[in-house]
Amino acid sequence: MPGYADPGFDTLALHAGAAPDPTTGARAVPIHLTTSFVFESSEHAASLFNLERAGHVYSRISNPTNAVLEQRISALEGGIGAISVASGQAALHLSVATLMGAGSHIVASTALYGGSQNLLHYTMRRFGIDTTFVQPGDIDGWRAAVRPNTKLFFGETVGNPGLDVLDIPVVSQIAHEAGVPLLVDSTLTSPWLMKPLELGADLVYHSATKFLSGHGTVIGGLVVDGGSFDWAAAHAATGKFAELAAPYDGFHAMNFSEESTVGAFLLRARREGLRDFGACMSPHSAWLILQGIETLSLRMERHMHNTAKVVEFLASQPMVGRVGHPLLESHPSHALAKKLLPKGAGSVFSFDIKGTRKQGQAFVETLKVFSHLANVGDCRSLVIHPASTTHFRMDDEALAKGGITQGTIRLSIGLEDSADLMDDLKRALKAAEKAGA
Amino acid sequence: MMELLVNGAPTYFYTGGKAFDAAKPTVVFIHGVLNDHSVWILQTRYLAHHGFNVLAVDLPGHCRSGGEAPSSVEEAADFIGALLDAAGVAKAALVGHSWGSLIALEAAARLKERVSHLVLVGTAFPMRVSQMLLDASQADPIKALTMVNVFSRSTLAPPPSALGPGTWVFGCSMALGKRVLASNTAVNVFYRGFKACDSYANGDTAITQITCPVLFLLGAQDQMTQAKAAQPLIAAARSSGKAVSVTTVPVGHHQMNEAPEETLFAMRDFLNKN
Repeated sequence: MPGYADPGFDTLALHAGAAPDPTTGARAVPIHLTTSFVFESSEHAASLFNLERAGHVYSRISNPTNAVLEQRISALEGGIGAISVASGQAALHLSVATLMGAGSHIVASTALYGGSQNLLHYTMRRFGIDTTFVQPGDIDGWRAAVRPNTKLFFGETVGNPGLDVLDIPVVSQIAHEAGVPLLVDSTLTSPWLMKPLELGADLVYHSATKFLSGHGTVIGGLVVDGGSFDWAAAHAATGKFAELAAPYDGFHAMNFSEESTVGAFLLRARREGLRDFGACMSPHSAWLILQGIETLSLRMERHMHNTAKVVEFLASQPMVGRVGHPLLESHPSHALAKKLLPKGAGSVFSFDIKGTRKQGQAFVETLKVFSHLANVGDCRSLVIHPASTTHFRMDDEALAKGGITQGTIRLSIGLEDSADLMDDLKRALKAAEKAGA
Repeated sequence: MMELLVNGAPTYFYTGGKAFDAAKPTVVFIHGVLNDHSVWILQTRYLAHHGFNVLAVDLPGHCRSGGEAPSSVEEAADFIGALLDAAGVAKAALVGHSWGSLIALEAAARLKERVSHLVLVGTAFPMRVSQMLLDASQADPIKALTMVNVFSRSTLAPPPSALGPGTWVFGCSMALGKRVLASNTAVNVFYRGFKACDSYANGDTAITQITCPVLFLLGAQDQMTQAKAAQPLIAAARSSGKAVSVTTVPVGHHQMNEAPEETLFAMRDFLNKN
């Protein structure tokens, strides 16, 4: 039974990592806007640098405000610890760069946020890390894509843009059979909808910019380690993951897997990744994200309520062709979503207006409550027309490969009155209809 | 790290990032049920860089060590003697947590002058384990592991710990427990360890047979081995004329990770002063 020693999700969302400040009595989490922390003595300094004692040295590596956020997201995800970074993209980069170097290979879902796809397809390739992309539902494809130098499987809980649900239990099993971990981007679902670590993923990251902060005010990322992947065993079997299971000359010749049987990834990611790449999160950003997490349950429940209303509304409109949400039986991930995401498959989805690019533009420009911008997971409802913005340079054939048409619209459903959202959409659909006349 | 053959089985020791040096005093760290050497990481790494050899062992049949997992405290205590022989250590301090504290106690009673100091962290005698928990450790180990960690936790806001800032101690202990359990496919080391704790009957005699100073390092909010459950052992030690120190840290059963600094300083001062 939940209680203080075994608290439930909502209690953890408010209390995990935070206690009244022992010096001032402040109940809310203080923002520690300081670059560095005074050593008690030279001996204390040396012990901190040598990981003999735990504590804060410099805010690029750690900060008390960020540490509260890291403990809180770990508690909510069921992890062993976390690292806060400058953005969701920094979280993905830190994960990849901690696990591998040039000559390595990743198997990733095709259904990824564009920035992630760019990072893997273009940027990491420039640094010698190759990626094979697989349709998330192509189970045989995941298995077939494994190479001797594969170090990581990667996908999103619900893929972009079609909301393909990643079958984490099955894909993680294939990853583990191949001796590699599964990293999951859980940005669009948040731990309120799904806990990927419980389903078999080994590492989870978030763009905390989205639902975790929830108010469109801050950029940040979080990587959470489930402590489940045995880096030392994998290294002994295949020679992979020397980064985590062999002495590292860059940090006291430390073998991170010996220092911590379950936490080698986090040790190296902080001691090398934050130290050398430096993509740290500002303590002020950490505080803003903490404010968001405190109301995550309340917001997600409302996001799901409004999304169900809007999906039902759109599915009944003659101007609307396809509505790409797993709530609908027509969606290919409907059954899997019911199994893995019983509280909902998120509030970011796309639908197709029957019409031209011009009609899509007219629809977007008519909306008043929905804001036209390039973000998701805000408390306000958001809209974007991919064919005229994010995917502007693509022709029809290229768009089709990405599951996008000239009339595809992506929505991020916010917390407004659902009646107002539907009224806004209704007017915009009429405008789109007129634009095609 | 160091690997030695103890009783014919490969046995793993974490040495705190320093090579073993026969000229230094040695401290042997003994973990509890479903733990391994890594629960001591902050204390061992510090002591290894401050004048001590540390040998933080993975008990037989646990994680990186081979051999048969001990079925009793007495069997494990004999292993500690064999370990000192294998390492060529004439005299050592013994530090144990929970089940490991009983092993350290029994070993100290058997090894007499070969033990320089005894540190019992989160100890109790008798160390009874409820039948419900014993049954759960066999029938539903993950449920039992969760119960153990719920009983062990005292705070939702632990200080920077084993992995530095951002460590979620509860999650770490859950993950480690699962890893240790999975490391032995022949034996349920969860049940075997708990059963050994529950069955151990020699604590009140053993404490009178030790020849070294003893530190009781207890958690004020410990629900697994409550501080009051160590009092008979403390009283027996005092009444038999032992040099007894008692330090109580303001946490639960995760003393090394919920109060890493207080736990370290209590150990360090005890080892240096006695």
